[in-house]
Amino acid sequence: MSATLTSPELKLPRDHYLNATYGIRSWLLTTDHKRIALLYLISVTFFFFIGGIFATLIRIHLLTPSGALVSPETYNKLFTMHGVAMIFFFLIPSIPAILGNFLIPIMIGAKDLAFPKINLLSWYIYVVGGCFVLYSFSTGGLDTGWTFYTPLSSVYSNSAVTPAVIGIFINGFSSILTGLNFIVTVHTMRAPGMTWFRLPLFVWAHYATSLVMILGTPVVAITLLLAGLERMFHLGFFNPAMGGDPILFQHLFWFYSHPAVYIMILPSMGVISEIIPTFARKPIFGYHFIAGSSIAIAVIGFLVWAHHMFVTGESTYAALTFSFLSYLVAIPSAVKVFNWTATLYKGSISWDAPMLYALGFIGLFTIGGLTGLFLACLGLDIHIHDTYFVIAHFHYIMVGGAVMGYVGGIHFWWPKITGKLYPEVLSRVAAVTLFVGFNLTFFPQFILGYLGMPRRYHSYPPEFQVLNVLSTAGASVLALGYLLPMIYLTWSMRYGKVAGPNPWPATGLEWKTDSPPPTENFHVTPQVDWEPYDYNNRPDLGLAAGQPLAPAHGDD
Amino acid sequence: MHRTGELFGQFETLEQQKESAQLGMWVFLVTEVLFFGGLFLTYAVNRHLYFAAFGISGNMLDLRYGATNTVVLIASSFTMAMSVWAAQTSRKKLLPICLILTLLLGGVFLGIKYIEYKQKFDHHLIPGHSFDLTYHVNHPQPGDDPKELAAEREEIENAARHEDPFQPENGLIALNAHSQLYFSLYFGMTGLHALHMVVGAGLLIWVIRESLKGRFSAAYNTPIEIVGLYWHFVDVVWIYLFALLYLINRHAV
Repeated sequence: MSATLTSPELKLPRDHYLNATYGIRSWLLTTDHKRIALLYLISVTFFFFIGGIFATLIRIHLLTPSGALVSPETYNKLFTMHGVAMIFFFLIPSIPAILGNFLIPIMIGAKDLAFPKINLLSWYIYVVGGCFVLYSFSTGGLDTGWTFYTPLSSVYSNSAVTPAVIGIFINGFSSILTGLNFIVTVHTMRAPGMTWFRLPLFVWAHYATSLVMILGTPVVAITLLLAGLERMFHLGFFNPAMGGDPILFQHLFWFYSHPAVYIMILPSMGVISEIIPTFARKPIFGYHFIAGSSIAIAVIGFLVWAHHMFVTGESTYAALTFSFLSYLVAIPSAVKVFNWTATLYKGSISWDAPMLYALGFIGLFTIGGLTGLFLACLGLDIHIHDTYFVIAHFHYIMVGGAVMGYVGGIHFWWPKITGKLYPEVLSRVAAVTLFVGFNLTFFPQFILGYLGMPRRYHSYPPEFQVLNVLSTAGASVLALGYLLPMIYLTWSMRYGKVAGPNPWPATGLEWKTDSPPPTENFHVTPQVDWEPYDYNNRPDLGLAAGQPLAPAHGDD
Repeated sequence: MHRTGELFGQFETLEQQKESAQLGMWVFLVTEVLFFGGLFLTYAVNRHLYFAAFGISGNMLDLRYGATNTVVLIASSFTMAMSVWAAQTSRKKLLPICLILTLLLGGVFLGIKYIEYKQKFDHHLIPGHSFDLTYHVNHPQPGDDPKELAAEREEIENAARHEDPFQPENGLIALNAHSQLYFSLYFGMTGLHALHMVVGAGLLIWVIRESLKGRFSAAYNTPIEIVGLYWHFVDVVWIYLFALLYLINRHAV
């Protein structure tokens, strides 16, 4: 049953952030966080296409055991460039730079972020970094794997490593500046009455993400800088032939790249924490635990990096420590899954598209997370390390988790961002298509990995062909699941029904202002004197006052 | 967002703006600690692995220049702190003087760095094809103390023996390779630091110009404070660099 409340007389506000000023300069020189979010939407979507094209080529190539599409050297470039484009230029910026930028000031009742010009600068830095990487892609590509292990990347590779490394280095500062902006904003720009424990969990999630961004990204920056200098000037930090240590590179690289995966998932979890209460018509269960678990994930996430290095010859004691800590980091994630599920219990569920994405997230993230525990188990990891099991695990988290949260969030806040509604039935069909296509693509890969198919190989034994063909077939359905929203969301900008301020309806400060919001977000600075997710007490939204829809579940 | 007076439009009060600027600079400095931290870790790992090569290479740095630079930077931090005090107490004539002194001291630092780098270049200590740890002892310049050179030669031979006790001629090759690691890190770390000083100099030029217009006083002095924070951070990084690069393994031969 749909939960949208629209009435025929809804009209777009006369003045809002989209029509406040006109012309290309007013967009390229904007300091409005909402416009910057849309600039990011365009560039991030562009890189999603780039990464998607490489994924398509990979899956087509793997239709046959001997791999008939490209040469082995080109295959190495395909998976490398897929990873680099998707991780650094799609997943890491996606939710924070688009939804975070757009929503955080509105959710806390501010007029903008603390540093609007730095916000714009971060977008330009992203674009410049992206240009370097595109230059690398088009002048020989990259074949080192997105992990840039030395000495292949710093000495022996004949691909365009240097511009790529420069591009990622530059892009890192976009991440750092975004994180810096969010942290300062949440500390100093909250509206009167918006205490820390009245903040939406989306904001808590982005605060935790920003902590990881500012602490981790500088390390990968210096690491890639050293690798690039090694390549350019024949230095020897990571080259064994010159006394250097390739394992040192791996430690430095993974010290960032593991927390990076929490940069990719925490914002998505924040989105889910907003969607579930809205479409269950209930306050979220365990607000404090969800907020605290975001911080816990950020902190513990810095302590587990060497679980990527179990087979490098690290000592058993080190391996045991990192394995134990990796099990520990799963606990706060599980806390979230339990709390979301408890929120659903005895709720009044609506099946709108954002909810379908959120429910899909819970299931797929659980599978991805549990298989992460398989990998954290030392004995098992010896068997499945560097196989398709790992690939399936992280795609369940990154696509089944992060991307579903991203697409769900885009759908949930689309009416706020554009003032329009998208076609309801088509959006649910697309959500189901994505879910089905995703599972068909990646579940066979768990089996392939367990049976021994190595990752990053251009060919495979013939007995694995059926599973590979299934996976490629799934990928075509998955592609349809991505394309449909791109089409109908674009369509809705022109032809969609007017949404009004609060179509779902949802609690949360962003739903109290116009859709689309005015440039200064609120006509009057809000004074906050209510608790978040107060679905029990909103007669203005058609939710019975004083009569909860569900028996009170001791929150907090 | 527009600006009315010194208040930018996204803020409600000047107090909020000042708090945000200060927190923003502290957060940025934290990222800088992590940035330099990767280099420091690499240095620590390599010093542990190649203690002989790192020992002798460190001794090739001129302690006098290093110590002078340390004193110069600490003095510049003092003049920077004076600038912040001058701004906070509305001493509008003293403020640009202290800022200019800070800039000049920073310039002295960079000048001495240039002299040091040039010396390394002359002694064939830049990593690459021409790197040769023994160049200085084999090509004495007029004005070099022969006793010092003899002591250095002996140290090199000792270090080479540590590299490979059984085949001393291999030891020298290994010593050269591992010393190149030291000097790569030396130039990387001090170069990155110098780059940060150049940025600091740029920031100082900006606030000097603004302070000459009389913009800063007890009512508004945030830019001076946050430039001061940045400058002190760059100073602290140098203290660590001086200790780790110049002072380790200095003992009477």
